[in-house]
Amino acid sequence: MNLLKLSWKYLTHKPLTTGLNVLLLALGLAIITVLLLVQDQFEKKMTQDAAGIDLVVGAKGSPLQLILSSVYHVDFPTGNIPMDEAMRLSRNRLVKQTIPLALGDNYQGYRIVGTNHDYLNLYDAAFSYGNAWNEPFEVVLGATVAEKSGMKLGETFSGSHGISQGSHDHDKHAFKVVGILEPKGNVLDRLVLTSIESVWYTHDEEGEEESEVSDEDHEEHFHHEVAKSGFPQTDEDREVTSLLIQYRSPMAAVQLPRMINSNTSMQAASPSFEISRLFELLGIGVKILEGLAYVLIVISGLGIFIALYNSLKERRYDLAVLRAIGASRFDLLILILLEGISLTFLGSILGILLGHGFLLVLASQNETGVGAGLEAWIFLPAELWIVIYALFIGLLASLIPAWSAYRTSIADQLTKK
Amino acid sequence: MLFFTKNLQFAYPGQAIYHFEDISLNAGDSLLVLGKSGSGKTTLLNLLSGLLTPASGEVVLDGVVVNSLKGVKADRFRGENIGIVFQKPHLLAPLTVRENLQMARHFSKKEGLDLDQLLADLNLSHKANSSVSNLSEGEAQRVSIARALVNKPRLILADEPTSSLDDENAQKVISLLQNQAAKIEAALIIVTHDQRVKDQISNFIQVQTP
Repeated sequence: MNLLKLSWKYLTHKPLTTGLNVLLLALGLAIITVLLLVQDQFEKKMTQDAAGIDLVVGAKGSPLQLILSSVYHVDFPTGNIPMDEAMRLSRNRLVKQTIPLALGDNYQGYRIVGTNHDYLNLYDAAFSYGNAWNEPFEVVLGATVAEKSGMKLGETFSGSHGISQGSHDHDKHAFKVVGILEPKGNVLDRLVLTSIESVWYTHDEEGEEESEVSDEDHEEHFHHEVAKSGFPQTDEDREVTSLLIQYRSPMAAVQLPRMINSNTSMQAASPSFEISRLFELLGIGVKILEGLAYVLIVISGLGIFIALYNSLKERRYDLAVLRAIGASRFDLLILILLEGISLTFLGSILGILLGHGFLLVLASQNETGVGAGLEAWIFLPAELWIVIYALFIGLLASLIPAWSAYRTSIADQLTKK
Repeated sequence: MLFFTKNLQFAYPGQAIYHFEDISLNAGDSLLVLGKSGSGKTTLLNLLSGLLTPASGEVVLDGVVVNSLKGVKADRFRGENIGIVFQKPHLLAPLTVRENLQMARHFSKKEGLDLDQLLADLNLSHKANSSVSNLSEGEAQRVSIARALVNKPRLILADEPTSSLDDENAQKVISLLQNQAAKIEAALIIVTHDQRVKDQISNFIQVQTP
């Protein structure tokens, strides 16, 4: 038997009080842990997904919505833009590169994105199997999509209209899997990538349902090479959803957005600006959660203080007996401090595990959204501070009870009848 | 001489001074301290164990002046050399019988008694691992006696050990204390107002209210 064991025995002797205090503290710390993890991973992910994209151009509407739909593929697109206008913009001397995107369909909630091979290069995508699309209706699956749907190379599927699950299926022409990407932990993981032509033709069919398409037409239409870079060749008036633009020079950041917003029917939005605005908006919620966490932690600290203080009253005899069998005042001080500290140590470990567990649930409940890439079992150095912080709370809460144990007069205590 | 006191005096603030009769005991000797309630018996016991410091005089155990020890040294000396049996058992409730004894051992650096042997001597072997809340009153008291003995003390102090017991058990407890004290060659002092104990121990001093 030593003091640590003894303090542990006293804690487990009152499992309900101990349990409640540990749980309160753990909940408070779990919230802090989740906030830490989400903030860290979210910001990293947000920055990583927007890397290399200086400006997004799309239909007029909410700039934040445009960024969310075209860069992170979470919100609804703002609408489409005429391709000739988009092409004109891409020839601007301030623009280094444009990547067109055509959105509008999904497969089991995973978005089908029509684009060119530059989009793959933007994220340094690498293939686990197969290669990029060459013809219409050939698709490349993101790692998460492939894993969750279980589809292999050569399999076919049809997409559904709209960007969320539950709309009608485009069953006229099936997509064929020609490549599967390596997991990179970025937005590509949960996308189905294909050519812009595929997206166009899918929607053309809807309108031409009744018209007869000859085999020859079909051959010409569906089995030519698609555009690997830039815009697809077409004679018709076509539309795309948005453009991802890279600037040629820093000058562009000043001139280009203003030019687009005032002179065209399109709008330009900067990912970095919109994301910092988003974090500002979310900041209020984060602050409230943080406040709640601190309230929980303070209450649990008070709970620990009260529990120790009350138990001290019941234990005056025990303490006196310990002194009588040879414990020093200092031993009693340590005993009470150990109780407070081991209580909060338990609370902090449980809190951190709860936090990570919560994140695991969050990530698994949100497979197609931004929560999908959250890693539950990454541990941050900041979590060590949570433990230290908790131990400090334990020390603080047990200081007064420990001091009062230190000062207990044994002779008085033992002679009370 | 294993244990003796000289001119022991003590006063609570604002009260008359207690003068205590000198005590001297050899290893294996027993002594009763008799007196009415409130006569200062317990005060004497606290002085002998070093829990209180006398106004004057000295308490000497095994050549060490107990009342001159301070702080941690005094606590250590008490833990190693003085075993105290309280009026009530006062066992540590979260611990088992064996753990209560181990706790007493923790504060002593001295080699103590063999726990199993001690538990067997006190007829407690079958209760070694049970929680102290499951003990009968008699068993709990035997555990508190075992705790007083476990560090092989030179002096055993017992405060009213028989007050709540019937004749038969009172007699058993006194003989147990005497036998164990003799076995480890300790001096035994029993503070009591219980006249029944006089039949077993003839050596006594009387404490009187000043």
